[in-house]
Amino acid sequence: MITKRIIPCLDVKDGKVVKGVNFTGLKDVSSPVELADFYSKSGADELVFYDITASAEGRALFTEVLKKTAEKVFIPLTVGGGINTLDDFDRVLKCGADKVSVNSGAIKDPSLVNNAAKLYGDQCVVLSADVKRVNGKFTVFAKGGRENTGMDAVEWIKRCVDSGAGEVVVNSIDTDGVKGGFDLEMLKAVCDAVSVPVIASGGAGKTEDFITLFKTLPRVDAGLAASVFHFGEINIKELKREMAKNGIPARI
Amino acid sequence: MSTVIVDYGVGNLFSLKSSFAAIGERAFVTESKEDIANAERVILPGVGAFSDAAEKLRKTGLKEAVVFAAEKGTPVLGICLGMQLLFDRSFEYGVHDGLKLIKGEITALDNDGGRLKIPHIGWNFLRFTKPHPLFKYVKEGEYVYFVHSFAATGCEESVIAETEYNRPVTAAAAHKNVMGCQFHPEKSGDTGLKILKAFCEIKRGTL
Repeated sequence: MITKRIIPCLDVKDGKVVKGVNFTGLKDVSSPVELADFYSKSGADELVFYDITASAEGRALFTEVLKKTAEKVFIPLTVGGGINTLDDFDRVLKCGADKVSVNSGAIKDPSLVNNAAKLYGDQCVVLSADVKRVNGKFTVFAKGGRENTGMDAVEWIKRCVDSGAGEVVVNSIDTDGVKGGFDLEMLKAVCDAVSVPVIASGGAGKTEDFITLFKTLPRVDAGLAASVFHFGEINIKELKREMAKNGIPARI
Repeated sequence: MSTVIVDYGVGNLFSLKSSFAAIGERAFVTESKEDIANAERVILPGVGAFSDAAEKLRKTGLKEAVVFAAEKGTPVLGICLGMQLLFDRSFEYGVHDGLKLIKGEITALDNDGGRLKIPHIGWNFLRFTKPHPLFKYVKEGEYVYFVHSFAATGCEESVIAETEYNRPVTAAAAHKNVMGCQFHPEKSGDTGLKILKAFCEIKRGTL
């Protein structure tokens, strides 16, 4: 039985993790390498590194950090942020990324998903979609949720999956940061429409939110979160144990 | 003499190389036939489509080098698509010949009438079907990371571990000194590193 994946997401700026608190045994909370190693040892099934750097220097630092992480942490690494071209894919894959997540880059150039899938395989291309309800309709937003594209989210996601996206991250802007649980309605709409793995993002506030997610929507494959892990509000080891107790397949 | 990772232009080998460093084993990436022929152990990696990889392996002349090494008893470990290449043939987009070092065929995973997601991506358990030195540091039930849409079938004699994706799926196979893992040991945390360590301890002529 395949297990449900728990995925911490690390926002990296100028080579440092943006948010986080001190965990026991973790020397430098802002070091992506140390935090990644800590999460891997805590039972994280996968890691997402999100590059929120704008400068070229910051970008170079990011790839350096990625390399150092891949030398030390042996679980799948997904990289996102600033992926606009096949050169960007190449840059991060060479540094040890296993999958590359595209968001605004695919909206700007919809052929990116297909071209990358042809070159690196479907398993390598993750579509990340920021979705928000506009007049009751699930709508795709670009540029970190700042720009309404007017596109129907389910149609956009389906189109990208047909073009070769091997996984989909659905980030609900409506529930993101609210910590009131995942956006089950939105996730169900996506799960009903595609046959590739769906990763839920946005809204996790406590362990029970993950339990509710996997129990209500068995077709969701993974749950992703950032601050609740970084601030120690959810402990991954305990979360996994709780999942197992509730009959949700988990790697412990 | 050390472990060589065959580079025939398929996928990036950074993590694989790093995983050997992490267990303190000397491993280097090579595209040289001589290195492969003289290696103590050979790793055959691979991602992407079977036909592309088989073609690249043939064109670079590294196919003969790997077969030569296997036939003279060098321990060979194929990983993911690299494992699939060790078999007779694959039915991924047509019919394509493999290296024919392990009997069996590569066929599409069954999606159970659309109920199951393909590719099979994520962590799944190992169930041993026969004892094998590759698993000497790993317990039954440990989890490893899979990413694949095709798997080895018709290879009952050589299967050493299965996983379960609605039905049994070949997770690892071995025929004498030639072994393959469908999962990625270099992405399977400590369990994966223990499997690579065990592989590095397998001596020529002991299987």
